[in-house]
Amino acid sequence: MLGSSVEIRNVDKFFGDFQALDKVNLQIKRGEFFSLLGPSGCGKTTLLRIIAGLEYPDSGDVLFDGISVVSIPANKREANTIFQNYALFPHLTVFENIAFSLRLKKMSENEIREKVEKLINLVRLEGQENKKPIQLSGGQRQRVAIARALANEPKVLLLDEPVSALDAKLRQELLLELDNLHDQVGITFIYVTHDQAEAISVSDHVAVMNNGRIVQIGTPYEIYESPADRFVATFIGETNLMKAEVVDVNDEFIRVIAKGLGEFSCYKDKEVSKGDKILLTLRPEKIKISTKPLEGINSFHGVVEEEIYMGYQTKYFVRLDEGYILKIYKQHVNYLLDEKIIHWKDEVFVTWNPNDSFIVEVEKG
Amino acid sequence: MNPGKFSRLITFLILIFFYIPIFVVIMFSFNASKSPVWVGFSFMWYKELFTSSYTIWKAFLNSIIVAISASFVATVLGTLGAIGLYWGKFKGKDYIWIISYLPLIIPDIIIGVSLLIFFVFIKMKLSLLTIFIAHVTFSLPYALMIVFSRLQDFEYSIIEAAYDLGATEEIALFKVIVPISFPGILAAFFMSLTLSIDDFVITFFVAGPGSTTLPLKIYSMIRFGISPTINAISTLMLVGTIVMSIFMRKYLRYIF
Ligand SMILES: Nc1ncnc2c1ncn2[C@@H]1O[C@H](COP(=O)(O)OP(=O)(O)OP(=O)(O)O)[C@@H](O)[C@H]1O
Ligand SMILES: [Mg+2]
Repeated sequence: MLGSSVEIRNVDKFFGDFQALDKVNLQIKRGEFFSLLGPSGCGKTTLLRIIAGLEYPDSGDVLFDGISVVSIPANKREANTIFQNYALFPHLTVFENIAFSLRLKKMSENEIREKVEKLINLVRLEGQENKKPIQLSGGQRQRVAIARALANEPKVLLLDEPVSALDAKLRQELLLELDNLHDQVGITFIYVTHDQAEAISVSDHVAVMNNGRIVQIGTPYEIYESPADRFVATFIGETNLMKAEVVDVNDEFIRVIAKGLGEFSCYKDKEVSKGDKILLTLRPEKIKISTKPLEGINSFHGVVEEEIYMGYQTKYFVRLDEGYILKIYKQHVNYLLDEKIIHWKDEVFVTWNPNDSFIVEVEKG
Repeated sequence: MNPGKFSRLITFLILIFFYIPIFVVIMFSFNASKSPVWVGFSFMWYKELFTSSYTIWKAFLNSIIVAISASFVATVLGTLGAIGLYWGKFKGKDYIWIISYLPLIIPDIIIGVSLLIFFVFIKMKLSLLTIFIAHVTFSLPYALMIVFSRLQDFEYSIIEAAYDLGATEEIALFKVIVPISFPGILAAFFMSLTLSIDDFVITFFVAGPGSTTLPLKIYSMIRFGISPTINAISTLMLVGTIVMSIFMRKYLRYIF
């Protein structure tokens, strides 16, 4: 493998009195596509800069392939960064931007030409060699930044929101390209983003950050399907949060009672006992909705309060008989031929599988 | 009168006010008489300037030597100072910033007097060297300000990108910072050049025997009545300035 593994051990970072990173621990395998996901200001860029060597941790350690690199300055570290604003050299052409690190290594003109041409093909910038960054589109600039970073043959590529400055369609395209590129070059990618959809769609593992702390690390699937806490549940995708009290505990399932909902069953994914107050999360697409009564352990009746047609799906807000408003996403498999189109003010039945809700907070009762 | 016409008139008047004296100088440099009355067209003063005005040329040469060397040094120091002030992190930066641009508003006469007292105090003989030092001193804040304002529109992450790609501090300075801010550096150099070429007040205090610059020379000549050779050299300098500014514009365009 060409990439390095990266380990962050107990890293703290202060800016004055403000703690930007708080005991951050991460293990990133070699060759992995790893994402740091979190809201603006949570410390993603700071952590990335510490990995790059552009910022020093106040305590803790950073290791590449098991060897500490904190004492190695940025210009000697085998990691290269794609900056949030690309930071291309405005006075140099595309060719010279990409050749920057090669010229520093005193390579021969032929070698440089050969290598830059290869990279230009890789990021599909043929014909743009002699343009200055100012003459390029946003997407092209991003590709120059990638080629420039790859020219240095890093073992770790650090990407700081590389597509956030682009429009939605281009963002999707470039994201796919990045994913392909990752497969081709085989080095470790550490990708920073505040967009959960981006992180989920391309990463092998995702670390969710909040207020300078890592709150959950897992595969995109784990992060989405079993969020560790309320923050992760609400930050990633949309969800229904339900406060409930445990009334009965079995081996696998528990019975709870919730204000606005009544009594229902859920999966016991955390140790709880009778009388505990818990917070549950339930994804809107996991709930079935129909105008006819539905079979199931957790079945409720309500009225559609709001209906938002999205094309590929419809979002419903259903007020249950006891008052709770449930968010439900219904996928359109065959919109017009579906049993019956559900509309505003319709009376509906809803149900979900007890396996689909997760406990995100427990308060011992 | 509508505002458009009015502002055009004002502009026109300002330009006349500006250029009539210059035009008069040009005109009389071609006058066939010593007195300021138009007699006829002639190149006689140019001939005199080029054949029998050794001291004027000496002064002109002194001016050029001082201007180029002082501007060069002021620009280098100003550039380094601007980079330090812009990106450096040290205590009292704000105060250093204030004292760096304060000389811009200190009257020349005070700078002149204090430099003279200083040179006398350290027992330095007044010569071209003292003029050079004085010119570096008063050009420096301008050079610093000009380069500084150029630095403001480029982002630090560009320098970090250079480090990230393996550059040392020196390489980042010479391959990234200097080329990007080169238009500003060049502008600082030309600004210093113009300041230096026509400085009279400060130079007057720190010039010694045999180190006369062109403005000092012209002043001393005028005391014995206006010689039209002054008109001739003024006209030539004017042409020089115009040529230089055209050249500079072209050059600045190439840099971007
Ligand atoms: N040099 C600095 N001096 C002081 N505070 C800083 C500095 N750099 C970052 N911070 C603070 O640290 C916190 C984390 O910043 P960081 O840039 O890492 O956030 P981020 O997660 O990358 O956010 P965004 O998504 O907006 O880029 C912010 O509150 C920021 O104000
Ligand atoms: Mg950031």
